[in-house]
Amino acid sequence: MAEETLLTDDFLRQLINVGEVDILVGLPTHNNAKTIDPVIRAVQAGILECFPRERVVIINADGGSQDGTPERVTGASIDDVWNVSKVYALRTLHSISTQYARSPEPGTALRTILAAADLLRAKACVLVSPDSTTIEPDWLQRLVRPVYNDNFDMVSPIYRRQKFEGALMRNLLYPMTRAIYGHRIREPYASEFAISGRLATDFLDKEIWNHDWGRIGAEICLTVTAMTGKYRVCQAFLGTKAQPDRSARDLLAAMRQTVGALFSSLDSNFPLWSAITGSQSVPTIGALSEVMLEPVRVNRKQLWEMFATGVAELEPIFRSILSASTLSELQRIATLDVSDFHYPGDVWAKTVFEFAASYHRSVISRDHIVQALVPLYRGRALTFLVENREGSGEDIERSVESLCGEFERLKPYLLEVWADRK
Amino acid sequence: MREIIITELTQASQELARGFAHYLPRLIVMLIIAFVGWVIAYLLKLLVRSILRLTRLSKLSENSGATQLLKQAALPSSTELLSRFVFWVAWIGFILLGVSVLGIVGLQEYISRFFLFLPRLFVSLVILFFGLLAASFFSRAVLLAAVNANFRSSRLLSISIRIIISIFALSMVFEVLGVAEETMLIAFGTAFGAVMLGLAIAFGLGGKDLAREFLERRLATGKREEKEDELSPL
Repeated sequence: MAEETLLTDDFLRQLINVGEVDILVGLPTHNNAKTIDPVIRAVQAGILECFPRERVVIINADGGSQDGTPERVTGASIDDVWNVSKVYALRTLHSISTQYARSPEPGTALRTILAAADLLRAKACVLVSPDSTTIEPDWLQRLVRPVYNDNFDMVSPIYRRQKFEGALMRNLLYPMTRAIYGHRIREPYASEFAISGRLATDFLDKEIWNHDWGRIGAEICLTVTAMTGKYRVCQAFLGTKAQPDRSARDLLAAMRQTVGALFSSLDSNFPLWSAITGSQSVPTIGALSEVMLEPVRVNRKQLWEMFATGVAELEPIFRSILSASTLSELQRIATLDVSDFHYPGDVWAKTVFEFAASYHRSVISRDHIVQALVPLYRGRALTFLVENREGSGEDIERSVESLCGEFERLKPYLLEVWADRK
Repeated sequence: MREIIITELTQASQELARGFAHYLPRLIVMLIIAFVGWVIAYLLKLLVRSILRLTRLSKLSENSGATQLLKQAALPSSTELLSRFVFWVAWIGFILLGVSVLGIVGLQEYISRFFLFLPRLFVSLVILFFGLLAASFFSRAVLLAAVNANFRSSRLLSISIRIIISIFALSMVFEVLGVAEETMLIAFGTAFGAVMLGLAIAFGLGGKDLAREFLERRLATGKREEKEDELSPL
């Protein structure tokens, strides 16, 4: 099996000492010492409050932290949590840490955790982000219960967000996965989610691990697997999503992890998604969406400049990716002022679909195709910002819904450009 | 007089016939070699084409942008181009082998020179192909990275990279072919030096404010400018 080579001997020994478990909590980390403590405390409290009788293990897959993150995970005492919650676990809570690589690879971290879940025959496996400083103990229950008690195979989260946060999710990932795979999963790339042991084992056997995009974008592939296989998927509202240091967030890395992996998934799943029309909602526990209206300062001029410069400078690259009509439309949009700027939903959907088709045909290096989409995404993000500047939560919801409608309406166009061999 | 002319003519025609009879078998051998060579070259072409398809050279070529370059130059795909190259080199080789059978004085030396030149020609073509591939790939990578980093004059930077790598590849090609080695070396050195000097002057004069801003930001810790937030994508 794959996990024999993936898991170190020491890690295997520790897993054998733990034995079979009911719930496995996975924590993929890399230099998260600043934020890991409240996350661990919330996880431990969640286990004590909601699953005191279950056999639970916390597995930390670390990507070569230099700040003592793994020691913080394994050294976190449950005594403090006992004192606060006054609830005692009836089982020993194990915390194990393993270093899967010297540098972070999200896909390998997930694979390590899933391999551990497979070996320990966990009934439910829940992943928690080490950056989620807003995590509450009941998040664990909301994620695990549907899998553990109601036989769901995947629980995807819904967060309360600031109205302009998650722009890539709202403008590309959600509309596209919904149009392609026909499931209305709000967070196809989730930092917290729960899956059944069955899905974990099945996903481990997938071929994605042999590809580069499997190593960096496994989370979205997992969601796609859940949507395309015979698995029961639901969503659970968790609460406010913590935003990591926003200025340090690398948009390009995020695009590679999500858009690159999503585009790649289209190749192997073509027979499935090409037959799907429209979309259906998935069972949702709690609110479907909540937005916070607190103001955020965003440099709109810079977004506009980066879009306009991108359209002008990358024209030779766009010629090999986009159709002549879409490119000329983009060039027209690039001449608009910031105040009048508008990148319409239908043009955006066509742009994304043409990029997906070019990615499929590898008209140029696939990584370059994803990189070329970055300035165009900035243009769409600017439109999202301008359109919803004064908008309420309902307005945002309507705007996202309208964009999803455009993606679904233009799906035949994707099939057309997909088959086109220019 | 008449008899002498007739005798001479008879002798000449007999010699011509003898010569022709002497050369005819060689000519036939040459034609057979050329024909067999064509068959072998054609089979080689098919073999090379299949191997290249198996090794997915076209995918590599597409990914690096070489296919686009070839399309722009109205040339066939890289797989087709390489297999045709193998065909022609093999067939020309067989034709020259056939010609050598004719025993024409002086031709042997040129033929052997041609065969000695073949490996160098092949190596130089491979270098040229991969050089142009690298130039196209890296110039595009630089262009994308520069645009996404909001760097001004991204295209200028990208073109510079393409020119430098192309010049480098061409100078290597000429060195392998043994054509104007010194001239190419000097030309490459001059061109490379000029580009570097140009860049140094451009960055030195044009980027002094940028450099000062950068240093001020790095060193003056107390005076940190309040930055506007980036939109979180996920």
